[in-house]
Amino acid sequence: MSDLREIKEKIDNNQPIDFEDARKILKSNDLIEIGKLARSIKFKKTDKKVYFVFNKHINYTNLCISKCKFCAFYRNGDEPDAYTMEIDDIIEEIAKMPEGIREVHIVGGLHPTKPFSYYLDMVSSIKKHFPNVNVKAFTAVEIDYFSKLSGLDYEGVLKELKKAGLDSMPGGGAEVFSERVRKKLYPNKIPYEKWAEVHAIAHKLGIPTNATLLFGHIETDDEIIDHLFKLRKLQEEHPGFLCFIPLSFHPANTPLEGKIEKVDAVKELKVLALSRIILDNFPHIKAYWVMLSPKIGQIGLHFGADDIDGTIGQERVTHAAGAKSPLGLAKEQMVNLIKNAGFVPVERDALYNEIEVFN
Amino acid sequence: MEKIYEKIENFERINPEEGVKLLKNGDFLELGRLANRIRFKKHPTDIVTFILDTNINYTNICYVGCSFCAFYRRKDDKDAYTLSIDDLIKKIEEAQSKGITTALIQGGLNPDLPYSYYLDLVRELSKSSVHVHAFSPPEIDLMCKIAQKSVDEVFEDLKNAGLTTMPGGGAEILTERVRKEISPKKISTDRWLEIMEKAHKHGIKTTATMMFGHIETEEDIIEHLDRIRQLQDKTCGFSAFIAWDFKKENNELGKRVKRSVSGIDYLKIVAIARIYLDNFDNIQASWASQGKDVGEVALHFGANDMGSMLIEENVMRQAGFRAEASVDEIARCIRKAGFKPALRTTDYKIVKML
Repeated sequence: MSDLREIKEKIDNNQPIDFEDARKILKSNDLIEIGKLARSIKFKKTDKKVYFVFNKHINYTNLCISKCKFCAFYRNGDEPDAYTMEIDDIIEEIAKMPEGIREVHIVGGLHPTKPFSYYLDMVSSIKKHFPNVNVKAFTAVEIDYFSKLSGLDYEGVLKELKKAGLDSMPGGGAEVFSERVRKKLYPNKIPYEKWAEVHAIAHKLGIPTNATLLFGHIETDDEIIDHLFKLRKLQEEHPGFLCFIPLSFHPANTPLEGKIEKVDAVKELKVLALSRIILDNFPHIKAYWVMLSPKIGQIGLHFGADDIDGTIGQERVTHAAGAKSPLGLAKEQMVNLIKNAGFVPVERDALYNEIEVFN
Repeated sequence: MEKIYEKIENFERINPEEGVKLLKNGDFLELGRLANRIRFKKHPTDIVTFILDTNINYTNICYVGCSFCAFYRRKDDKDAYTLSIDDLIKKIEEAQSKGITTALIQGGLNPDLPYSYYLDLVRELSKSSVHVHAFSPPEIDLMCKIAQKSVDEVFEDLKNAGLTTMPGGGAEILTERVRKEISPKKISTDRWLEIMEKAHKHGIKTTATMMFGHIETEEDIIEHLDRIRQLQDKTCGFSAFIAWDFKKENNELGKRVKRSVSGIDYLKIVAIARIYLDNFDNIQASWASQGKDVGEVALHFGANDMGSMLIEENVMRQAGFRAEASVDEIARCIRKAGFKPALRTTDYKIVKML
């Protein structure tokens, strides 16, 4: 149990840990101490506050030309459950939400035929109908695709989207930055360099973004650690990340079903904690309850997370892969879940401005 | 709070007042750390045990009708049942073919069953190689009434029939305030403890359980733990402590209880139990109580046992809860948590490392 003492000293002195330390943490069986280390960083940054947002997820299409092997969500186009939402459908969906919604989180497949104008219309229409809602839309993978659709470079695409009203960007499509894994599971997806370039440009243009890691499939511990250090460096060089979200892989309904068991809770908590420890230059770490389940998500608040995402409305991607978590949680449930864990719930907007503190 | 932590750090016993404080204000991870320290002092290896058993409920007819129970039926209900000894033998044989080593046998309090039924049950089932782990204190109390015998006499008879261990059910929360409200017709705290004390005196090892997450307060939980700790000081007859969280569906109490037990609530109880019950060898974490994920995490909050892989379970299932797992799954879960899985007997001897 003493093998984490040196790491604790570094953390107490606000020093970054190195690759070897990170390996030790993932190998250690002292789960509680790992939690304490991560939580001590969380306390320094956000004290007892835990954030949630009243939001709505929109997955505008499940058609996708990328066809990643870990994905249960995509369709080719002729299946009965293939769908694409028109702009009016999206506006209608958001209009169903009660008053006070702060953020729409929009990600979708790489649609084979929709033109770039569809995405610009999407953003500007949402902004027109719901001027107070933060439009958090499109992963770096989608931005790269729009660049191909439009003939614009990344900066050109992002400038157009910003002009249309894009406020911020989610952190998806990062998966694991390892080339080895990418070639095996998502060869059609952009590599790290391009993902990083999109985020760096977004940050330069004043578009804050998030970052993710999809773990629990064929990646190694070293690949997880490398991913986190890459993000730390990227934030140092091109600051603008708001939040990091580790995502655990759900194998059901994917080609990996039966070959891989869903990652276990102890590993989920360790990776969450390690993220908080390595990414000490990220303001927030999220315990995304949709993927972790509300129970482990709640425990995750003691493992360095200071955010539990939001009410979400109807999430489709993880549930396509067999996630058993509810499709949405009410605001009251969010507040109770955070309070029950011993923290102070804070409703935030998309940019972490505090809306209400529930003492 | 620091003083209480320090006491626990020095392996000193904490008193009820300190227990309540700890449960109310103790830091979640600090509780886990302290509980884990005690766990490793008592069990220095990283072995985590579990047992392969079946849970057979010989009858669902019960005249006490506790408000938290979705299992019981009245005699005239269509789905009321009582299994014959032959039925039970068949069930055991079936379970045995699946590799189980123990049968946990409990039932409703059915006043129409003759005393001989219980003795026959133990005698006949003990003939197989499956270990018979049967009857909770409320059933023993009923046997006393039916046979007009004392607790000692009943235990003498059961022992002669072959009973060597007994589960710790019917405890719910061992305070009169709670029992009056949720199970007024069930035996009192004092009677429950008296029967357990006598079982231990007869050399019958038992477990102790607790069902929390309904109307009890932190004080009730600590009083519960304190009562069984006192008895354990006297008899040393409890082999393990098992906490269950209340399941709310299909029962009266569930309609009244607004709260639901979170993973954090459950882990805190496991840790507090490990800290408070300093004279208990084993603390179970149940994968069936809060699911496999929370069960796995509980191994880092002081639990050294994963309970049982129940082949048949009826009571919680009636209350809308079902968790299934195979031996492999439980073993994998223990390994992933960083421990070594082993199968054990009812009295916590290791049968086989997995």
